[in-house]
Order: sequence, then structure tokens, then C-alpha cells
Amino acid sequence: MTTTQDTTTAVVEIDCGKRWTPVCEYGQLIPGRGVTALVDGEQVAVFRDRAGALYAVGNTDPFSRASVISRGILGSRGDTPVVVSPMYKQAFDLRTGECLDEPETPDGSAARLRVWPVRVIA
Amino acid sequence: MVKKNLVLVGHGMVGQRFLEEFLAQPGAARDWRVTVLAEEARHAYDRVRLTSWFSGTSAEELALCGDSFVAEHGIDLRLGDPAVAVDRERRTVTTGSGQLIGYDALVLATGSYPFVPPVPGHDAPGCHVYRTLEDVAAIKEGATTARVGAVVGGGLLGLEAAGALRAMGLETHVVEFAPRLMSLQVDDGGGAALRRKIEELGVVVHTGAGTQAISTGADGRVRAMSLSDGTELAVDLVVFSAGVRPRDQLARECGLVVGERGGITVDERCRTSDPHILAIGECAQAADGRVYGLVAPGYAMAEAAARELTGEPGSFTGGDTSTKLKLLGVDVASFGDAHGSTPGALDVVYTDTRAGVYKKLVIGEDGALLGGVLVGDADAYSVLRPLAVSRRPLPAPPEQLLLPASAAGSSAVGGAALPDEALVCSCHNVSKAAIRAAVTDQGCTSVREVKACTKAGTGCGSCVKLLGGIVEEELAATGVELAPGLCEHFAHTRAELYEIVRVKGIASFSRLIDEHGTGEGCDICKPVVASILASLGNGYVLDGEQAALQDTNDHHLANLQRNGSYSVVPRIPGGEITPDGLITIGEIARDFGLYTKITGGQRIDMFGARVDQLPQIWQRLVDAGFESGHAYGKALRTVKSCVGQTWCRYGVQDSVGLAIELELRYRGLRSPHKLKAAVSGCARECAEAQGKDFGVIATAEGWNLYVGGNGGMTPRHADLLAADLDRETLIRTIDRFLMFYIRTADRLERTAPWLERLEGGLEHLREVVLEDSLGICADLDELMERHVGTYQDEWAATLADPERLRRFVSFVNAPGTPDPTVRFVPERDQIRPARPEEGGGHRVPALVAGPELEVRTR
Repeated sequence: MTTTQDTTTAVVEIDCGKRWTPVCEYGQLIPGRGVTALVDGEQVAVFRDRAGALYAVGNTDPFSRASVISRGILGSRGDTPVVVSPMYKQAFDLRTGECLDEPETPDGSAARLRVWPVRVIA
Repeated sequence: MVKKNLVLVGHGMVGQRFLEEFLAQPGAARDWRVTVLAEEARHAYDRVRLTSWFSGTSAEELALCGDSFVAEHGIDLRLGDPAVAVDRERRTVTTGSGQLIGYDALVLATGSYPFVPPVPGHDAPGCHVYRTLEDVAAIKEGATTARVGAVVGGGLLGLEAAGALRAMGLETHVVEFAPRLMSLQVDDGGGAALRRKIEELGVVVHTGAGTQAISTGADGRVRAMSLSDGTELAVDLVVFSAGVRPRDQLARECGLVVGERGGITVDERCRTSDPHILAIGECAQAADGRVYGLVAPGYAMAEAAARELTGEPGSFTGGDTSTKLKLLGVDVASFGDAHGSTPGALDVVYTDTRAGVYKKLVIGEDGALLGGVLVGDADAYSVLRPLAVSRRPLPAPPEQLLLPASAAGSSAVGGAALPDEALVCSCHNVSKAAIRAAVTDQGCTSVREVKACTKAGTGCGSCVKLLGGIVEEELAATGVELAPGLCEHFAHTRAELYEIVRVKGIASFSRLIDEHGTGEGCDICKPVVASILASLGNGYVLDGEQAALQDTNDHHLANLQRNGSYSVVPRIPGGEITPDGLITIGEIARDFGLYTKITGGQRIDMFGARVDQLPQIWQRLVDAGFESGHAYGKALRTVKSCVGQTWCRYGVQDSVGLAIELELRYRGLRSPHKLKAAVSGCARECAEAQGKDFGVIATAEGWNLYVGGNGGMTPRHADLLAADLDRETLIRTIDRFLMFYIRTADRLERTAPWLERLEGGLEHLREVVLEDSLGICADLDELMERHVGTYQDEWAATLADPERLRRFVSFVNAPGTPDPTVRFVPERDQIRPARPEEGGGHRVPALVAGPELEVRTR
């Protein structure tokens, strides 16, 4: 998570583990909504919240296996920033990727989104 | 603007209450700087519960005010620095530490001090009073070495003190000058019952006896006590609890008028003889000439003073001195005219000496309850006191009200018997009507919420049981079962938010949540607000911040399916479509490889579109004259129709024509839930109009309008709202019905449950939309006109704007790349989503069929 100034020309970058990869302009991100970026073959959901903070998590919903997390609604649960999967409405902590509603999917795997380092370069 | 200075002298219960009331007044914090001079070195605490300190309640738990309250309101609180002098001419207060503080308004809440009879030895070591936390701490310490304790005063506090001494293992005596215990509150019969109960506990009671002298031993400490009846008690600890006197010395010294028997004289607005000085609580002699030693009248005065200072109406003309308490495990209550001093008053008494129960009701000549005394069983207090205060006739014969609950059977009275104006919480002056309003108007759904909302039950707590009953009854009456707050971010219902948005003209979620909610919102409140904003005509649903509020379906103007693809439904009004239209849809579906299905709403659904294909599909549809069918929205879906008079041998009206007109009128109308409608051309009802949110059935004379029908999981037959309407009246009635529903329904509440819940039901609905009983029809009509006038096709609007179109890509950094995880396999000559074992979804890489799969027909 990185907080930054709102400059439309600034570039959002994601660290895929090998290098920082630019994915879009900061101004392309609608506060409270997400986009999907393809980073090193992986789908990453990138969000900007109302305050301007950025989050990047895996785009695959562990419950439906559909690549839809970026289309979820952003919000808060208490002090926790969350994205709610549009498929079956589970909430995920944007900072940790953890699912706040169910720890496991019905097939027993961990309900957790991968978290990606994200930053803005002016 | 320069702030005025308010100085409050005294930070006891009433002082603290004054601060809370004052700072809650509009403009108080803006116009006034508040300084508080407190004698004690701690924040205000609950003196009423002082005795509970002995049984383990900490000073912190007794605190009524914390640092946060002081900081939040910017109060200059000076603990341990009491006011010592007032200069009324220069309007200054001198504090104990020698500081001079100017005031524009001075509020005296200095309370009272314990009266200690001036008998020899009254100040010897071992003698205590019972007023502050320091006092009780000193008593506790003294009790560790003492063996026998005596309490002077058999009133409320005295008996509490006696209980505390007994609990600490002391042999305990109570010495009361009057002929009975608690002489102010109870009568002889009640006093006798109380005495028996207390003596059973091992406390020795001496009534009709005064304290003559306290003698001390060689060490100077208390050794014995001699009473006026000749008794000599060997005691080593004495607690004086023989009443209190108003602390009016500060007022006397600066020349304020005080009462003959003490107490700063104030009027009904708590103003003293100096217009700049007010006095409240036990230091004041109220407008009715009484000095109240109870907290409830003090609170009422605090409220009156707070309102006086801010120019709001409010007064204190006299208080309810009713009391209910548990003394040494014995319930004691007295209320209203407990002593039957009203001319013509009659008593009804129930006594059970064996059980230690004494109950007396005082009944007026007219049969109204005037007051009463309850000892040993005071459960009825919470109901009887409000009845007495409101002077209402009794809900049952008095003897039934006095009998123990088991004997009285079902006649025991509850909150339902109380009139609306009955005072339920006398500590905070809350009526039954206010409690009911908290439930019905402010949406409270629990005792906890009602307590927070009205403060009822947060004083002495004696009314909590009654409060619970009233809240329960009220909730049951309104049929509310769930907490009505939308989610953790809004305590309001959808209908309340709708009103807020409408009345305040709020056009953004940010403003709404900042002003009326908390946090960042969620998947529940955001779409609701998006819908409200859309219902009230705030333009294109994906513009600006509104885009971030929409559910994925609304955000993509299409319906999300299980594998992340979308389905697309063009509007086919009334289910009427040309052959060319059918062909166009067929061609589009074929070209994009979409699965097609006829829906229940007489249209065609095309499945399997990727996000990046949506604009291309819309473009083809829009070019052919189609528009969005709003299958994705909580909005009007379809108006289904039968073929009607035009073709059908039985039809009596043109149902298709009307269905098309209605569908075009209400298309895009955002509502609390989806809306389905139908028009049948005759009573055979082939369009199934009675299973719809609104349904129209043709008659020979015109149209019958049905509302509140539903299919699905909980089917409901619609109700006939109006019969034989002409077209114009029909449409106007539907307009109003829909807008009234949108205005008042809950989130995701279809018209069927809404109508079930609507107070007054169908008849009320009829009055509202046909007779304008609420006077809102002009508003409703105008809102619908605005909707009809500003409707635009959301697909065309999206296609017209490149900025909007940019959102419809699978990948922001690879706009041309389709999502490889959206995969299909063939089935029955069309596609369907691949199952996980077939490579559907993200994790299995084996590709069975990619996004470009071509499906051939036979």
C-alpha cells in the first residue's frame, strides 16, 4: 500500500518479484474501483481508495475461481480496508489478502488473495 | 466572534449533567468557552451508587466524565480548585488557588453538605460523613479496626451505610430520630415492614431516638454514644447520615437571595436574583420553594439551565420525588403522593408480614392513582409510578395491582397499560411516547439503542425492565425484526437515506457518508446509495463517483455469470419484436459465439460475453435500434404482456400497446429491488399480472391495477389497488405507487413484503396514491416526470464517451488481450462455461477451448 498525491501523469507500478512493472496511469484508477493488470502472466487487481491509497491483490476469487476481484466494491470493515468479491460477496482484507468471511474455500484451500507491492512513480 | 465565558462551579452529578446538556444545545460550543471549578480532585462521579464502592465498584467505574469528554469539548476543567468568592459587580470568580476568572454566565452547582448534629464529640476521630469517595474510603479504613458501628439517620443513605458496615462485619446500629425508617418516603406500615426486614439482617434499629452525645476514650477516639431514650451504645465508628443542607455559602457571601431554610432561590428557568447567575441541583431552592435532594430533579434543573443559557425553551417547576431502591436486599419504593396527603385520598393496602411485603396505593376520589409505597416487592413500581404521575385511571382494580404476581395471574400490568405521556425514566425525563418514537421514527431496534438514543434507563436504571417491555411491544407492533441500519456504515434505513438525499439534495456518496455515516462504505450501502442517487435523477450511473458505487452488474451494464463472463439483455418492450429484430439479435449472438436463451420476461438473454466484448455487442445492438434492458439493475425489468384484443378472440383491450407504453415509461427506473410488471388483455390473465410488482388486467370499462404480487421463492398474489381506471389515471396511479415504494421501501425489499409491512396496508396505499392523504403526490409525480424526461440509454451513453469505454477492457495494461481464464465448452450446440475439471477458472492450465472458441450449428 502506498499513499501518494493525485497526479494523473504518475505511473502505477507493481513488483512482480523480479522488477517493478508499470501497469497504468494513476489517473486511470477510479477511487473505490479496480482494474486488472497482467503482470508476468498473473492477473493482478489494482485498487485506489477514496483517500488515494493503492492496493494490489490477486484477481482470482478463490471461491468461484473466476478472475473477478478487480470488479468488486471497495469498502471498510471497521478499520480494515476491504474489497468484496462480486461473485459471492466475501470480503478480503486489501492489506493482507485474507478473507474476512470464510477462512477456507469449500474445497479446503486457503481463502487468501496474493498481495503485491504497488507504488506510484511521478 | 468572541466567545462568551461560562463558569460552572461544582463538578458533581448535576454539574456534569449540565455540561452534557449545555454542550448538546445548538451553538453552545460555538458561542461559549466553558470553565469548570471542581472542589474534588477527580472528575464527576456517580454519588448515587457510592455504596457500591464497598462491594468492589471502582472509582473509575463510578466516573461520569472522562478526559475525553473534557478534551472533546475543550472544557477548561480545574480539579481541586474550588470557587471561593464571586464578585458580581465585576463578574469574576476567585478560585482557591487565587486565580481570577471572568464570566458572562455563572452556574452554581455546589450541591449540598451532610448535616452533622452539633452534639458533643461529633468531630472526634471515628466519626464520618457519607458523601464522597474519600468519605467511604475513610469509613472502610476505620472499619478494619472497629467492632461496633452506628449510623445516625435511618433514611436512604443511612440504611445504605448501615448495609455497608454490616457487610464489613461490624455490629451495626441505626439511630433514627423519626418514629420510622425512611420517614420521608414510606408510611408507618412500610416503615414497619422495612424495619423487620432490616432487623432480620442483624442491624439493630433505634427509632424515635436522637443522638445526645458521643463520648471518646483516652485515645480521643469514639468510644460510646448516648441516645435520647437513655440507651448507651458502645460504638467505635459513627457515620452521620442525617440529611443534607444546600451549599449556598458562596451565594450568600456575594449577596444572592437564598431561601429561609437555605438554598439559592431560583425561578423556573433556574435564574437566581442575579441575571448572570444560575443555580441548579441541591444547592438551589427551586421555583416551587423546595430544595430537592434527589438526582432526578437536579438533572431536570441542569437541563432547564442549559436551555435557558442557549435561549431554548425549558423550565423546572417541580420534580418527581419518587424513589425505588434496594436497601440491604430489600426493595423499597415510594412514588407520587405516598402519604395520602391529597384531600379525599383513600388507601388500598396489602400486607404480608411473613413475607415482609407491604404495599399501599393511594387512590384519589376520581379513582386515579395518586401514589404509593412498596416495601419487600417493588416490581410494580415501574408501571405504577408513571400511572400516578400522569394521573390516569388505573388499568385494573387496585387490589389486583397489589397482589403478588402469582395471585394476580394475567392481570399484572405491563408497559402497554401506560399512556403515551407517562414518564418512564424520571432521571432523564423520558416519556413512553419518546421511547416509542425512538423505535418507530428513529429506527432503534434494541433496548441498548433506545438507551443511547433517549438516555432512558441510563440514570438509576429502575425503569430498564419497563423500558424493555415497551421497546419489545413497539418493535412487535412495527414488525421490525432486523436491525434497520443498512450496514456498519449507516445507522439509517434505506428509506431514511432516501429522505436525507432528497431533502438535502446530496449528490455524492462521499458527502453522504461523511455527513451521515462512518468509514468507507461497503458492498451493501454503496449500491443502495447508487440506486437512491439514480432514482432521484442524478444522471448517468457510471459518471464520476457513482461508478464506484455500482455492483459489478450495474458497473458493467451486464450480468456477471459464474465464470466471470457477462450476459447481455436488450430491451424488448412488452415482448414485441420484429423479425428483423430477432434476426439482428441472432446474428450478434452468432458472431460473438454467445449462448442464447428466452427469458421469463419475454426477451432474449445472450451469455458468455467477456468484458472487452461488451461495447462491441452493445454497438451492434444500438445500431439496430435496441437499447439496454436493465437486466443488470435493481430497476424495471420487463412489462410482460399477452397478445391482447388485437389478435386474441377473448381480449378486451390492447394489452401489448399498454405494456410497451409502460415499459418505455419506467425503463431505467432505479428502485430498492427489481421491478416486474405485466399487462393482461382480459380476465383470463395470460400475462400473469397478479404475480408481478404491478400488474394490469383489462376490463370492459378500462384497467384494473394490481400491486404487490410476486413469484419466485415467496409467491404472493397481488392486491387490487384500483378498478376500471382509464389509461391516464392508471398511469398516474402506477407512477405514484412506484415512487412511493422507492421512497419508503427497505434495501432489497420487493413490493410484496413492502406492502405487507406498510402500516395501514393496502387501504393506506390507496389513500396515499389515490387521495393524496400524505400530500406528497405532487412530489411523486414530479419525480416520475423527471425520470421520464431524463431517461437515457446507458449503453448508448457509454458508447458515446471514449473515457467511459476505456473501462471495458480485460487488462488495463493489455487492452487487446482477452481474459484467458474465461473458457467455454460446447453443449447442445451452444457454449457453456467450462467446469474446473474441464479447465474452467484460473488454476488448471490445460486449455480445452479458448476465448475464441467457435461453435457451429448443425
